[in-house]
Amino acid sequence: MKTIQSIFLALLVSFIFFSCDNDSDDPIIIDENPLAEFNLLTNIKANDHTIEVYSEQEQYTIGYNEFFFRIKDNVTGSYIADATISMNPIMHMTSMMHSCPKSEITKTTDATVYKGFSVFQMPGNTDEYWDLNLEYSFNGQTFDASERIEVKSPTDDKKRVNVFTGTDEARYVLAMMPMEPKVAINDFSAMLFKMENMMTFPAVEGYTVSIDPRMPGMGNHSSPNNEDLTFDASSNMYNGKLSLTMTGYWKINLKVMNTSGDVLKGEDITDENESSSLFFEMEF
Amino acid sequence: MKIFDKTCTPSNRWSLHILCYLTVMVFFAHQWNGSAQELKVDVTTDSILPINLQEVILISNYKKALEHQLHQKPLATLGTYLEASKKVNMIKRGAYAWEPVLNDMSTERLSVTIDGMRIFGACTDRMDPITSYVDVSNLSDIHVASGQQGAQHGAVIGGAIDLRLEKGNFKPEDWVGSVETGFESNNAARIVGAELNYSNNAFYVDTDIIYRKAENYVAGGGEEVNFSQFEKYNLSLNGGYKLNDDQKLVASFIYDEARDVGYPALPMDVSLARAFIGSVSFVQTKFLGSFTNWETKLYANTITHIMDDSQRPDVPIRMDMPGWSDTYGYFSQAKLSLDKHQFLIKFDGFYNRSLAEMTMFPNDPNERDMFMLTWPDVRTLNNGVYGEDVIKLKEASLKISGRLAWQSFNVADEFGLNSLKIFYPEMEQRQNRLLKSVAAQYHTKLNLLHFTTGLSYGDRAPTVSEGFGFYLFNSFDNHDYIGDPDIENERAIEVNAETKIKTEKLEVGLSGNFFHTMDYIIGEINPDLSVMTIGAEGVKVYQNLEYANLYNITLDTKFKVDEQWTWSGQLSYHRGRDQDGRNLPFISPLAYRSTLQYNSKKFTGSITMNGAADQVNFNPEFGEDRTDAFTVFSAAFGTSFNLNKGGIYVKAGVENLFDTFYSTYTDWNNIPRMGRNIFMTVSYAIN
Repeated sequence: MKTIQSIFLALLVSFIFFSCDNDSDDPIIIDENPLAEFNLLTNIKANDHTIEVYSEQEQYTIGYNEFFFRIKDNVTGSYIADATISMNPIMHMTSMMHSCPKSEITKTTDATVYKGFSVFQMPGNTDEYWDLNLEYSFNGQTFDASERIEVKSPTDDKKRVNVFTGTDEARYVLAMMPMEPKVAINDFSAMLFKMENMMTFPAVEGYTVSIDPRMPGMGNHSSPNNEDLTFDASSNMYNGKLSLTMTGYWKINLKVMNTSGDVLKGEDITDENESSSLFFEMEF
Repeated sequence: MKIFDKTCTPSNRWSLHILCYLTVMVFFAHQWNGSAQELKVDVTTDSILPINLQEVILISNYKKALEHQLHQKPLATLGTYLEASKKVNMIKRGAYAWEPVLNDMSTERLSVTIDGMRIFGACTDRMDPITSYVDVSNLSDIHVASGQQGAQHGAVIGGAIDLRLEKGNFKPEDWVGSVETGFESNNAARIVGAELNYSNNAFYVDTDIIYRKAENYVAGGGEEVNFSQFEKYNLSLNGGYKLNDDQKLVASFIYDEARDVGYPALPMDVSLARAFIGSVSFVQTKFLGSFTNWETKLYANTITHIMDDSQRPDVPIRMDMPGWSDTYGYFSQAKLSLDKHQFLIKFDGFYNRSLAEMTMFPNDPNERDMFMLTWPDVRTLNNGVYGEDVIKLKEASLKISGRLAWQSFNVADEFGLNSLKIFYPEMEQRQNRLLKSVAAQYHTKLNLLHFTTGLSYGDRAPTVSEGFGFYLFNSFDNHDYIGDPDIENERAIEVNAETKIKTEKLEVGLSGNFFHTMDYIIGEINPDLSVMTIGAEGVKVYQNLEYANLYNITLDTKFKVDEQWTWSGQLSYHRGRDQDGRNLPFISPLAYRSTLQYNSKKFTGSITMNGAADQVNFNPEFGEDRTDAFTVFSAAFGTSFNLNKGGIYVKAGVENLFDTFYSTYTDWNNIPRMGRNIFMTVSYAIN
């Protein structure tokens, strides 16, 4: 009985204590980094500015990368608001140079934070590397900045981007949007770009990407109620539904069809054909 | 991914149970020195009204300290006892944990209770029927009620099997004990059991323990059936305390644990099947004026079932499939006798939590484990009321009974709910169902002729597997099964009739029943779904058939040759088809049994023949093939003698005398039954 009483008392005291604590006004740190929860990938120093590149990921990874940028004035130490930025990553290969699909860079709710994405098709290596080229302007002045970046394969080595030549002889880049897979019907999205030339990769509209998720480790088990990815103009993405019946390694077999329904790339999964030449992978 | 940490739970429950029991023991200990002079027999045995088409399988003989001797093979597993009954068949997946079948219906359509307590197996593949969690040492008898006559215990279609625990009787018997041991030649089964009971006018306690261990058995002809070994032990305690002449408290506790149980018919075995089963009841003879036999019981049980394939040499993929089932329940019932009416009213309820998971370990060690919830933590809550009235008429009686119950399901685990939503995106997390049963049974007697007939209606909710199962592999038809949360309740109209001529020497009875089951629940192939289990042929989803018709006809004869010799014979025919004339699975072919029994004071003996005709009405869609006809013979011989003050009873016998190689329609994947088996049991009673 004594023990119960003292436990009860202790609970009561702690309750009062914490209640009081909540009442007191916490000092709010105003000058907090709005990107504190992201990873700082690069500081590009140029023109007395430091351009900070943040990402949810810990590295530049092949496939879809969303970036957040801040431009710091090294003289005043403040961050520049309402700048205009554009990005052009360039891959320096031994024999040629090319860019990759990338977005415009837009402002976010925080005027000093800008965001955009790029889809790296390949990793760098000792002889070949990516440059991240930025052009930014504010107060009527335009600046350039460039930094060599290290684009790596994902840590889990799972395929999230496909570069392929369609039956229409055009080159395409198909990238999976990041997601947290669950045993459920998942929202599933991808982006599709056409390679017009070495430097231009416009988004492709109105195609269809059919999906067939499989578990090669489970006799190519599949799942029901998947929805093929169709183009959504508002997000510029292909959206659909992906059912995953269990955790583990899944291969999402893909087929890309153009507006008239012609298959540009990918094959159906049958007893004889266990995998499409076009696929994404995930493991959870 | 959510990991269910269950490791600490059973030990907590263990200690809780021990604590409860110790408290009870200390409380009772004060009464142990009570006088043992007055001999007073508490009449607790329920008189079985002849109106019930009910079979009682006696397991122990109360009057003797020696147990289980009425049966041809004492110390046999509970499954063997049930199999020897007229109404019950057993589906066999190995040498242990057989699944009872009544009226050609099994677990999902039956209620199997222990002293009225609801318990639900924790195995998604039905490897742990409730009958596997008790042993013959715990039981006094088994009540088998056909069809809606079993509605007293729950919503049923096929009937109810109530396993009744053996209890002390407040007789001033003081200490009584017995030791038993048995051996079987075929699978080197060793059985050791002991019992120690104390009883006086105000208090009793019964304790018993039994241990069984068996190796692989050998089929007729000499082929060893691999993975048919098992080991189990069972411990039971139950006690009663008389508060006064009118009131008593009864408590019971069973601990049952089986390890290393092989299932030769299945691709997996069981490393652990464990149950804690406990209850406390309060019984009062008179209640609210004219009510009598008021009994109120609170109970709880928890089952852990660990399926694994670690002993199997070749599997496409290694997997673990643990399951848990916890049930908490109550009932309160009382009788009322008024003039020509005998009423029974019962309120009951239970809350069950069923959870099962599957983890598969990929052959590529770099890949992550594959995990799914096969039973998504389904919480079932059921509350019901049952009432019956037996009306005495002139040379006849009429029993009218009914049950109304409300049942709810809640898929409590989010992971599990999302998994099921892959198949049923619109499904609700919670659902309610109303269950109804109504039955009328009429019995009349014309000289030597007894005639019984009945008409009833009942329904049942889907089981956890039928409603919420997620890729449950059935090795019989080689399909994965998916539940359907929106499945309709199954509803059955049942008609039964029995005619019996009964003289002193001869008894001949012809009985039959017919079930017209609407929305019969069964798994049907969905060709659009992809198999999960490697090697499975397809995926079935539980759904409602328009209807299915089942009928059973039995001819039962008993002839008393003289005081010592009795012959009994039984012949039964069964048929089950759906609306398209398709055969239902697990329907018995023509079956027969004939027994010649000798009983004297000193000796008992019997010769039994049983067999079945070719199973011509089978269904390959459900994994069945034609099972050949068979006939097997068994014989047993028993004798008793006195040693010092105690009695010794020895019984020996041989089953499958001619070492016939056979399997029956209830043998999962046609695993052969045991070949010739010589058994011997020795029981010693200490008074």
